[in-house]
Amino acid sequence: MTQKKPVYFMGINLRKLRKSIFSKTTYRGIVAVIATVILWELCARFEVPIIGMIPAPSSVFSSLVEQLQDPAYWECWVVSYDRVLSGFIIAQIIGIPLGLIMGLSRHLRDLSFPTLEILRPIPPLAWVPTAVIFWPTPEMSMIFVTFLGAFFTMVLNILGGVKNIDVRYIRSAQSLGSSGFDIFRRIVLPATLPSLFTGMTVGMGITWAVVVAAEMIASRSGLGFLTWKSYVAGDYPVIVIGMISIGIAGYLSSAVIRLLGDRLTPWRKII
Amino acid sequence: MTTSTSTICPTGTSEMHLSPQPVGKLSIRNATKIYDPDGVNVLALDNCSMEVEAGEFCVIVGPSGCGKTTLLNAIAGFHDITSGDIFLDDELLCSGTKQAEPGADRIVVFQHGALFPWYTVLENVTFGPLVQGKMSASAAKKEAEEILAQMGLKGISHSYPSEISSGMRRRVEIARAMMNNPKVLLMDEPYRAMDALTKTIMHKNLLDVYDQSRKTIFFITHDLEEAIFLGTRVYVMTTRPGTIKKVIDVDLPRPRDYKILSSDRYLELKQEVIESVHEEAKKAFEAGEREMA
Amino acid sequence: MQTEQTLSGKAVATQDVSVSSISLFFFRLKLWMKSPTPYLTLLGLSLFILTWWLTTEVWQLPRFEKLPGPVSVVKEWVSEDPAYGISIYTPEYYEHIWKSILRVLQAFGLATILGVPLGLFMGWKKTFKDYTFPVMEILRPIPMLAWVPLAILMFPEREMAIIYLTFLGSFFATTLNTLLGVESIDEAYFRAARCLGAKSRHIFFKVVVPGALPFIFTGLQISMGFSWFSLVAGEMLAGEFGLGYLIWNSFILVQYPVIVIAMVTLGVIGWSSSALIRFVGTLLMKWQSRGSSL
Ligand SMILES: Nc1ncnc2c1ncn2[C@@H]1O[C@H](COP(=O)(O)OP(=O)(O)O)[C@@H](O)[C@H]1O
Ligand SMILES: [Mg+2]
Repeated sequence: MTQKKPVYFMGINLRKLRKSIFSKTTYRGIVAVIATVILWELCARFEVPIIGMIPAPSSVFSSLVEQLQDPAYWECWVVSYDRVLSGFIIAQIIGIPLGLIMGLSRHLRDLSFPTLEILRPIPPLAWVPTAVIFWPTPEMSMIFVTFLGAFFTMVLNILGGVKNIDVRYIRSAQSLGSSGFDIFRRIVLPATLPSLFTGMTVGMGITWAVVVAAEMIASRSGLGFLTWKSYVAGDYPVIVIGMISIGIAGYLSSAVIRLLGDRLTPWRKII
Repeated sequence: MTTSTSTICPTGTSEMHLSPQPVGKLSIRNATKIYDPDGVNVLALDNCSMEVEAGEFCVIVGPSGCGKTTLLNAIAGFHDITSGDIFLDDELLCSGTKQAEPGADRIVVFQHGALFPWYTVLENVTFGPLVQGKMSASAAKKEAEEILAQMGLKGISHSYPSEISSGMRRRVEIARAMMNNPKVLLMDEPYRAMDALTKTIMHKNLLDVYDQSRKTIFFITHDLEEAIFLGTRVYVMTTRPGTIKKVIDVDLPRPRDYKILSSDRYLELKQEVIESVHEEAKKAFEAGEREMA
Repeated sequence: MQTEQTLSGKAVATQDVSVSSISLFFFRLKLWMKSPTPYLTLLGLSLFILTWWLTTEVWQLPRFEKLPGPVSVVKEWVSEDPAYGISIYTPEYYEHIWKSILRVLQAFGLATILGVPLGLFMGWKKTFKDYTFPVMEILRPIPMLAWVPLAILMFPEREMAIIYLTFLGSFFATTLNTLLGVESIDEAYFRAARCLGAKSRHIFFKVVVPGALPFIFTGLQISMGFSWFSLVAGEMLAGEFGLGYLIWNSFILVQYPVIVIAMVTLGVIGWSSSALIRFVGTLLMKWQSRGSSL
């Protein structure tokens, strides 16, 4: 009996791909999703209490066709993305250096950690009123709350990452003759990258949640507001469209981060 | 530390499950195993045949990735074989069409150890009889304490595995196996990660258990000295696809101790094993074999 | 003795040395008091409060002047006759707290009761996971707060809508972490159990459940955080009581010190609830805490 060789196409193992596409798992997944949609439609048709109040997939679909042609709908995407990215990027700019410094200097950690620990358990949305009072424009206050959502996660993940670096790596770098900044650049930074990306993935999730809620509470634009407005206006199918759009937007953002993380930390085995 | 390693050798008569007539004869006939993950066929075992007598201390040696674990897992019932048959005491255990059920007659001592970390030593040792409903809790406890004492593991029964040393953990695992009076003890490189000194203690302990119980032991290793020191017969496997290349009878007297390590016969046997394994190891190395788990 | 060293100097020992835990505690306390840590901690906190006080109440910097300062907040908080009706002497304060805690308890409890068994089952039976996991994966990227309008629409009562929102927040975290916990159990434990003659139900209760426990508790902590997170949003948008509502209402009524009181209260309660879960976790998982007690 000879061994079959894997067949590759553009770096993808075709046999593996074929096996995973035609597997039972895929088939069951498709069945489950289709069954859920049918059940949802039926619940809406027969006006089952509670679940039946969710607009039926058929009505969602027909109003989706309308929405997709409406520039206002796409405007919402742009606005929300704008807010998410602004808050998220500021959180990176402040959070990453802070986390690194706190991880490397014991004294600075002792100095700032308790304050951080006191502020962290306060849910980000509880900051909305304070932010509105403080910042001159509503836009800035919203970005501030978004920033908060990602900030704490970033700092704590990086701090944990630095603290958990195996001391052997540092020692072997020292014995190979590097010191100071070299160790920081070649050991500490790469060793922290995995936890940095974990923090980014989690932070991105929180950011979207915060933006959506903040838009509902204190804004007149964006995907979150679209959802809230449709509720107020009684245009119920659009609520579901808004939710799905938010889900897709959030998923895309996390996917980009994951992709970036896999690229920048190739030594981690991709599972 | 409550137990010192000097007390592990139980002297005098033992009550450790002496079977009137040795059981645990393993016949492996033309066992073939093909792994097929990702649509890539890996032929791990190719028409591997061997006969292990009841009460034999059978040691399998072979280069990394040659299919030793694969064979053991098939006997234990963790996966099937593609063709061939394996018999235990002339009863069909598994074949190309039938996978063996894991059971308390063939207990595995795992490479990295598998004591349940969430149970104390005592709870681990009594696990088998209790889940099988073979003993009452108090009877199981009594017997477990006895076995632990015989193996020099007094005083740790209420510790968690994370609180004792790795050598002790391995012995507890053997005690857990012996509680079930298995026909065969399947051991997959159990002492691999240990330092040489701890290993000598583990060997002595295992030989004591073997001498008293005369269980069939199916022992995988790639430490050749260990193989000869422990085994009744040493089975050398070829590189993947694995088959038995050579069977070497180790005619050293039992009970064995470290004196035989300097005997001429031991050195001869060692030379013989090294010669036959080395060539295979080289082939495996050049093929870049990796071990799975 | 195996030790594993990390940059933080933490060494995990796997062998027990008989030192009584009380004397160990005092030994550590003494070491801690000798280190600069407690003093730096105090200094850091004082600096934070000082900055807050100076910017808002002393110098009254532009924009900062509108924020409530620490003195006015504390004065209001402990006043027997508070200007805005909320202090430690007023029953309303405790009513808001109690209402929020009650909502979180109901939602979190429900999420745990449903999520843990669901996750365990998904990890245990592959077929069940194949059918349920894709649906969960599709729903999961939708932040729980995007559900607010739909929740209000679905439930006839506001109260139920808020609890449902809070529930959603924790449910996914609990279920997915439990599932992850089961999948993280080393295959060798399942094999060992089957070797020792364990039946399906034994494997479930003696391997799957305890093996997943560490992840379940991580999940419960995360999900407790999410509960508070979504509770606040829910109460802000649709509440008639509760700390989130108090924050929003005080904002509208321009009673700014109350906002800070409510925020700090939320922080303290949120922190205590996760500490409680951690505590229960250590109690239930003695095999972990005892193994690495040094
Ligand atoms: N689950 C698996 N899927 C695919 N290949 C496997 C699997 N398990 C083992 N193999 C391959 O089978 C061969 C034999 O493995 P194994 O029996 O573990 O070797 P060893 O003799 O070192 O114990 C190896 O080449 C290994 O890569
Ligand atoms: Mg192996």
